[in-house]
Amino acid sequence: MNRPVLQSPRPASASASPASAAPASGASAKSAAGMFAAYDTPDFFCELMNRTDTLPPSLQTVRDRLAGFDLAELRHRTNTAEAQLYRLGITFTVYSDREAIDRILPFDMIPRVLTATEWEHIDRGVQQRVKALNLFLRDIYHERHVLRDGIIPADLVLNNPNYCEAMVGVRVPGDVYVHINGTDLIRDRSGRFMVLEDNARTPSGVSYVIENRHMMLRLMPDLASGMPLRSVEEYGLRLHQTLCEVAPEGVSDPQVVLFSPGIYNSAYFEHVFLAREMGVPLVEGRDLIVENHRVYMRTVAGLRPVHSIYRRLNDEFLDPLAFNPDSMLGVPGLVEAYRRGNVTLANALGTGVADDKAVYAYMPRLIRYYLGEDPILDSVQTHICAEEAGLAYTLANMDKLVIKPVGESGGYGLLIGSQATQTELDEFRAKLLEDPSNYISQPVIDLSVSPTLCPSGVEARHVDLRPFALTGHNTWVLPGGLSRVALRKGSLVVNSSQGGGSKDTWVMAR
Amino acid sequence: MTQTGTRFPAMLANLNMLLSRYGESMMWLARYMERIENLARLLEVTEAFVRNPDGSPGWDSILQINSDEERYAAIYPLPATEENILAFYITESANPTSIRAMAHMVRENARSARPLISTEMWMQLNVFTRSMMELSTPDIRRNGLSGLCNRLKQDCQTHFGVTEGTLYRDQAWLFYLLGKYLERSDQITRLIDIRYHTLLPGGETSGSQLDITQWGSVLRSAAAYHAFRRLQPVTTTPANVVGFLLKNEGFPRSLMLNLRQVDNTLNALSTHYNLRHQCSPLQERIINLRATLEDQTAEDIISRGLHEYMTYIQDQLAALQAEVSVTFWPAAPVMTREETLTPQ
Repeated sequence: MNRPVLQSPRPASASASPASAAPASGASAKSAAGMFAAYDTPDFFCELMNRTDTLPPSLQTVRDRLAGFDLAELRHRTNTAEAQLYRLGITFTVYSDREAIDRILPFDMIPRVLTATEWEHIDRGVQQRVKALNLFLRDIYHERHVLRDGIIPADLVLNNPNYCEAMVGVRVPGDVYVHINGTDLIRDRSGRFMVLEDNARTPSGVSYVIENRHMMLRLMPDLASGMPLRSVEEYGLRLHQTLCEVAPEGVSDPQVVLFSPGIYNSAYFEHVFLAREMGVPLVEGRDLIVENHRVYMRTVAGLRPVHSIYRRLNDEFLDPLAFNPDSMLGVPGLVEAYRRGNVTLANALGTGVADDKAVYAYMPRLIRYYLGEDPILDSVQTHICAEEAGLAYTLANMDKLVIKPVGESGGYGLLIGSQATQTELDEFRAKLLEDPSNYISQPVIDLSVSPTLCPSGVEARHVDLRPFALTGHNTWVLPGGLSRVALRKGSLVVNSSQGGGSKDTWVMAR
Repeated sequence: MTQTGTRFPAMLANLNMLLSRYGESMMWLARYMERIENLARLLEVTEAFVRNPDGSPGWDSILQINSDEERYAAIYPLPATEENILAFYITESANPTSIRAMAHMVRENARSARPLISTEMWMQLNVFTRSMMELSTPDIRRNGLSGLCNRLKQDCQTHFGVTEGTLYRDQAWLFYLLGKYLERSDQITRLIDIRYHTLLPGGETSGSQLDITQWGSVLRSAAAYHAFRRLQPVTTTPANVVGFLLKNEGFPRSLMLNLRQVDNTLNALSTHYNLRHQCSPLQERIINLRATLEDQTAEDIISRGLHEYMTYIQDQLAALQAEVSVTFWPAAPVMTREETLTPQ
């Protein structure tokens, strides 16, 4: 099966010489460089090699083992893995004009490895950030100290399209708003981790973290054997536990469900995966009904009460009575039942205001404000085009910046100035001037790279990392995460909808 | 209750709480898979008839058996040709009874029930339905029809085997079985009916050599030939064959056996899952239906009108399916809530 590269044809091989890249089985597989013979020493921070300090022992082992692999063998295993993913239906669905096409997320067999020290830093940093997000949300929907103290412009919060009026004054169990959070991390040239964005609405991708590990252990046992890998297996149990912890008060044995838009949603596989891992029903809107402000599901034996809903729909589709009246996916009356505390929604309504790209710029200040601590994870310097100075700076430096619309996700609608043509720059300038408050800009970060199997050999490709955090009584971070890789040479866009693939993420226990 | 203790009772509670939609999907998943297998059998036996030297019964008989005449005429010109009939039943997406359309329905139901079915089941269905939806005309050139039918039968049987070996036995399984046995009951009546429709007015007499040969084909297409031989070593009469297909207690596709299985399945739902109230009217229907079968010999049925009786059975089964739907997945939920029955 061909690797489905969505955007570009075969990347041009600038670095690998034909001789070294040829998958000749007679080639000296045992040589020190082996598979990495043609690996171009990149100018970026490499997750596996040329770090500034000496290679940690765990990485050294992975590297040595990988060097012993034959390129043809690795390619063969990749094909096997991708065929299995396709058969297993570990796919996302792309809708063209006429038909639904199931695509796999391309899988790279070379893992991305994090040392125990690196992970400890990420774990603490993510916990801190989630804590601040939850405090911020509680505050803006109640007392609004943060606005009165002038930490963040009230306009940015209260007139934010994701700010949810229905949440004002509503208490949620444990004051938890963001139960499931995905934090997108990148590393700069020096290897420093930075938060690129928070995903506090319905972050996706965790199923790939677990399925990638299964695939890796099946197909690369010789690489993984004896490695002190931290397990990613307990995510489903932890998620179920979390949803039980935040169920409405007084419910001793809560019924948890996963609420999916249904089989036509591109992330349906993940919804199925998580429902199965938790051992709870996957429901669609038509399976739920609200009576007397309580939520029930329709079973063959009649209506049964529901207490905690892990919803994988955006706010506006949840309830046609409260939001979009045209939505066929939602449940009439759900929001009112929620406001009365009869059911828990995870994540809460209105969390989108916290992971907004403009609010992001204030996160370091919010962390200091709520926790009295310095941020453990750095943020990327961000210019807010809604502010005069930010707009002026952005317009003057378009060719050096990444400019992003604040409302979009999935890597859509952004401009990478250094890679844009003059026409593209001019067009974007017009859009920017038309609606400045819709944009922010950031300097281009030299994302770290990881050796990746490409058509012409093992080459450096940019990666990011999305760890997942669950918050009930406490916050727990899954030791691993989704490592997305931009398969196009030089590309910085790792989104699956834009030609990205993924890698297994190994967190070392020691 | 401790935090670690919350999980187990919640799972037990789930066992008694099959979502209506899941029940519906499981039932139709089984029905469509059975239907695909039976269509393969029908195509096979029709081809055998068409090929016989007499050549009298044509391809259009299969349209009558499935009551598809109108649908066919809406898509293709009359008179029906072999090529068009095969296209109609195999690749025509506008025909809901084609292999392609049914494979699509199987896929939708399997996707919907995917949280419940085993990974092995899903994987096989994923590959099977995708390949069926991609079938093209060259795949069904006439000399390849029996190859295609064999493949269809094998893939369906693989599905039934994987399901038997891997699907967790709870309500979902019972609704699956309900669909499977109902569909088999219906399909055996259609297979028998094929003889009715292939008889030309004033054609060959019942019990003639051609008649015997064609009943032999019907038996073979139902995988019943050798079992029938073991029971009836000498005489192949229409009454013997009809009696075997309708009333035999050991043949897995006989009407009698499948009606008994429907009854058993409803009984299991009723007693193990506290659904007595919902199941008893359904069981009553089955008991009445079984009585009409037990009270008549095959000779009685034939002399009173085989086709009429097959139609009666089909109508009764359709009514039962409709009642199952109204009972377990009503369009508007009108059931009374039984909160007190929720296990805590």
